Amino acid sequence: MIRAQGLVKTFGDFIAVDNIAFDVAKGEIFAFLGPNGAGKTTTIKMLTTLLRPTRGSVSLDGLDPVTHQTAARKQFGIVFQDPSVDDELTAYENMDFHGVLYSVPRKLRQERIEALLKLFELWDRRKDQVKQFSGGMRRRLEIARSLLHTPKIIFLDEPTLGLDPQTRNQLWTHIKKLNDEEQVTVFLTTHYMEEAERVAHRIAIIDHGKIIAQGTPGELKAQTNTETLEQAFLVLTGSTIREEEASSLEKMRTFGKAFRRVK
Amino acid sequence: MNVVYILWLRQLKRSARSRTRIIGSFAQPLLFLLAFGFGFGSMFQRAGQGNYIQFLAPGVITMSILFTSIFAGIEVIWDRQFGFLKETLVAPVPRILIMVGRTLGGATVAVLQGMVVFCICLVVGFRTPSLPLLPLAFTFMILTAVLFTAVGTALASVLPDFQGFQLVMNFLVMPIFFLSGALFPLTNIPRAMRIIANLDPLSYSVDGLRFALIGVTHFGVSLDLAVLCVVTAAALAVGGYLFSRIQV
Repeated sequence: MIRAQGLVKTFGDFIAVDNIAFDVAKGEIFAFLGPNGAGKTTTIKMLTTLLRPTRGSVSLDGLDPVTHQTAARKQFGIVFQDPSVDDELTAYENMDFHGVLYSVPRKLRQERIEALLKLFELWDRRKDQVKQFSGGMRRRLEIARSLLHTPKIIFLDEPTLGLDPQTRNQLWTHIKKLNDEEQVTVFLTTHYMEEAERVAHRIAIIDHGKIIAQGTPGELKAQTNTETLEQAFLVLTGSTIREEEASSLEKMRTFGKAFRRVK
Repeated sequence: MNVVYILWLRQLKRSARSRTRIIGSFAQPLLFLLAFGFGFGSMFQRAGQGNYIQFLAPGVITMSILFTSIFAGIEVIWDRQFGFLKETLVAPVPRILIMVGRTLGGATVAVLQGMVVFCICLVVGFRTPSLPLLPLAFTFMILTAVLFTAVGTALASVLPDFQGFQLVMNFLVMPIFFLSGALFPLTNIPRAMRIIANLDPLSYSVDGLRFALIGVTHFGVSLDLAVLCVVTAAALAVGGYLFSRIQV
């Protein structure tokens, strides 16, 4: 369903993603784990048409996002790491906007928006502008939105960041249910190892832009001779703390400066 | 088509909901009308050029459209920083439609703004002798608004953040306005300035609007219309191209 081959992304001299390859089967929940700055978000951006790979290829349900952009985009829903809702619009308007962009027919759109907002307990607040929402509510809205057009693949980039245990639990229960009942393929990143252990069928661990281990949670634990995924993760990636990942915006700034210097 | 509509609607909703911006956007044209209009009015008259408010009003209307449209286009940077841009960039629609929807939305807001400023001008004492030409005035307002929203979008597509915005204001938007003939007649100005004014697309907006509202023109109204159509089409093409190349 999702296949990456020889994928490379460089920003100037910095190699963010270094020749990675993986294959996610239909109906699989695949966790992509790694310390800060390992290249997780950059990889997701390449998979979702937001960044053009420097080298290598990607295929989403057989479609290349570089050459068949629009068709590839129809296949997936995404929850970004950082916020992506419009503060000035209401919760309902944000949902409706999304539904129109993904050409969900009006009647179906209304039904699904109502169902999803109720599921994520936002229906009572649908007429409020999102700027009045708490972090957790925004997150729930983004998750609800990513499911609106019934995508075949869902990308979740640290979806539970800043959520309380109740909401986290509810989110994963829902994702697992969707995966079971509708065979939705899930590609997720998270820093919470117990979450990955609980939901993921298969895991890839990325560090310094390279995939250093791949397998089921059981295989990774066996390979490293550890009890929990967290221990396995630490054995594989070491215990030094990484420099905080620069946001893409900062990267662009650095790039812009370098560009001006060259000129 | 729905995509263009929903993006257009979003721009309108956002503008209607930001009250501080609405109030701010009327203060500036009013200040120009009062300070310049009444400040220089008697000098202008003594120089034999007639009533300055009559001359200035089309310039101030064009100015408010210029600023509102550039800001509407530049909003792309805002969306980039607050993350909403990503939502539109991964959507399964050609990015050119996203750009067109945004641009038309921004331009609509700018035209509405221009019409309000037109009303303010009437209050301050402006009188238009040529009512039948109002549709022509409207056409010039629309062209100007679409042109500069597209220019703003093009700029925002290549500027990573707001730091470059100040540069754009000082070295592009302000010169475009001050050297356009919005405030003074383009006859009897130094040659270098005339060349710049001839290259400034806003000169043709001001001139066209001035013809439609008070019947005075420097370039001739057909040249105004032709230049604006060509430049607007070019700006839409460049803006659409740059917007579709955005990576986040």
